[in-house]
Amino acid sequence: MNALPPSADFAPFEVVTKAPAIRLERLGKTFDPAVGPVLEDVSLTIGQGDIYGIIGRSGAGKSTLVRCINNLERPTSGRVLVAERDITALSGADLRSARRDIGMIFQHFNLLSSRTVAGNVALPLEVIGLSRAEIDRRIPALLDLVGLADKAKSYPSELSGGQKQRVGIARALATDPSVLLCDEATSALDPETTEQILSLLKDINRRLGLTIVLITHEMQVVRDIASHVAVLERGRLVEEGATFDVLAFPKSPVARSFLSGLVAHELPPPVERRLRSEAGPDTDPVLRIVFSGDNAHQPIIADLVHRFPVEPNILFGRIDYVGDRPLGVLTLALANGEAHLPAIVAHLVSLGLFAEVLGHVVRFA
Amino acid sequence: MLFGLLSPALANLLLESLTQTAVMVSVSAVLALVLGLPLGVLLVVTTPGHIFTRPLLNKVVGTFVNLIRSTPFIIMMVAIIPLTRLLVGTSVGTSAAIVPLTVAITPLFARLAETAMREVDRGLIEAAEAIGATPFQIIVKVIIPEALPGIVAGVTVTLVSLVGYSTMAGTVGGGGLGDLGIRYGYQRFMPEVMLIVVVILVVLVQLIQFAGDRAAFAVNHRLARRRRVS
Repeated sequence: MNALPPSADFAPFEVVTKAPAIRLERLGKTFDPAVGPVLEDVSLTIGQGDIYGIIGRSGAGKSTLVRCINNLERPTSGRVLVAERDITALSGADLRSARRDIGMIFQHFNLLSSRTVAGNVALPLEVIGLSRAEIDRRIPALLDLVGLADKAKSYPSELSGGQKQRVGIARALATDPSVLLCDEATSALDPETTEQILSLLKDINRRLGLTIVLITHEMQVVRDIASHVAVLERGRLVEEGATFDVLAFPKSPVARSFLSGLVAHELPPPVERRLRSEAGPDTDPVLRIVFSGDNAHQPIIADLVHRFPVEPNILFGRIDYVGDRPLGVLTLALANGEAHLPAIVAHLVSLGLFAEVLGHVVRFA
Repeated sequence: MLFGLLSPALANLLLESLTQTAVMVSVSAVLALVLGLPLGVLLVVTTPGHIFTRPLLNKVVGTFVNLIRSTPFIIMMVAIIPLTRLLVGTSVGTSAAIVPLTVAITPLFARLAETAMREVDRGLIEAAEAIGATPFQIIVKVIIPEALPGIVAGVTVTLVSLVGYSTMAGTVGGGGLGDLGIRYGYQRFMPEVMLIVVVILVVLVQLIQFAGDRAAFAVNHRLARRRRVS
């Protein structure tokens, strides 16, 4: 498998005002009125060149959502605009031509077993009516792009999962679309292959300026690649924003639970059980501190000890990287800290950190 | 050898019957494939939720197919004599037998092809839709090629059934091996003729099955395997 050049210059969180590539306006979808809506009132704007992650549990409606973008699923209400064109209003030949600007890859790859790798990549080109010679001319570059130049004559059954998804990507990019939809594209792959496919997507995003919409139930995928993320729960949009912000300060319980194991927002149960809401004579305050970006490198524990007569005790913590930006979450118990709590919080905030009192723990005897 | 038992006249008769069977089977097989595949496609794609949903058409065609399939062949041969006369100008002989054979076998092949094409993963069809393929392109480039191993297996079953049906062609003067077996082996008490007829039919069916299995394997790329050298 070909290694891709490292993309150190990838910076997904720049705030740039770009023309929207995709806009969802109050999107709704109901399959069976007795069951209720699968999607309800979802509005989103996806900027040109963004890698937009949509995360949700199974049954949250995320797959339906992405399939509404190319009208594989017709929404029951609302509109989908791709490049300012209302996809929902199209049908027949107009819809087919609009779909050629929207590539799609799938969890189970959906390659034709009857065709070779080259044949699979040729399919969209045949569909738009290119000549055999023109198709043969374009295939090598596409296979090269996904690192499968030597597999042109292989059948999908002879490939690994990661290679199959690469074929899927080459096929999706064949007609030079401006948007790529990924429906759980890495969910059937092992972690190492997932990483390779994600870095390929990132690379393509950077090189071709392609807008990528990515459906997943894995927060790692979002952390590793997405510039923006939307959290979907029971068909509704519960949270949305730049990936770093959502990871650092998740607002919804769903987002928090997705982040457990990734960012240390939720306390481990043994610590959680010892937590009281009221301070007492025998308790220590528990503080959560979120570092992001540059201030992640500050020696804040030493600083606290230095300034206040407290003894910080680390209960739980983790530092992660989102893109190349560090994100740390640290939960401290401050022995002898009750009296100084307001001053400590004020001090931390003045350093540009996010600090929050979670509760109080009874001091160990 | 068995053929040594036969007089030259009988041997000639046998050759003639074999030719008649071969003609009846091959001509009606070709017609059944040409007519049955589109019929099978129609049965698949007009199903509700498929790429060319037409529930009423689907019901009508399906019922029609079942109607023909439930008619015993021996009755069908006689029942469609007016149609036969209209198409080939006569109701007797080998070419007259081809009409009922084709009418009887086409729905069988259509159903076999339908079953094979229904097995094609919805995901593949969806991928083709996402690419912007037309229903016709999806049929020609995705459904039929992906179902090909199953369709080839259906052709094999169709051919074997045709060999069986063709033995009844004597009813309308179509001749063939079955007719020979009945007239000489049974009615003239020549068990050796009957035996030869049965042996030839068995060999014929074995050959068809063998060739069909080979062909189905050759077009199947679903499973990883070593490329065949030959």
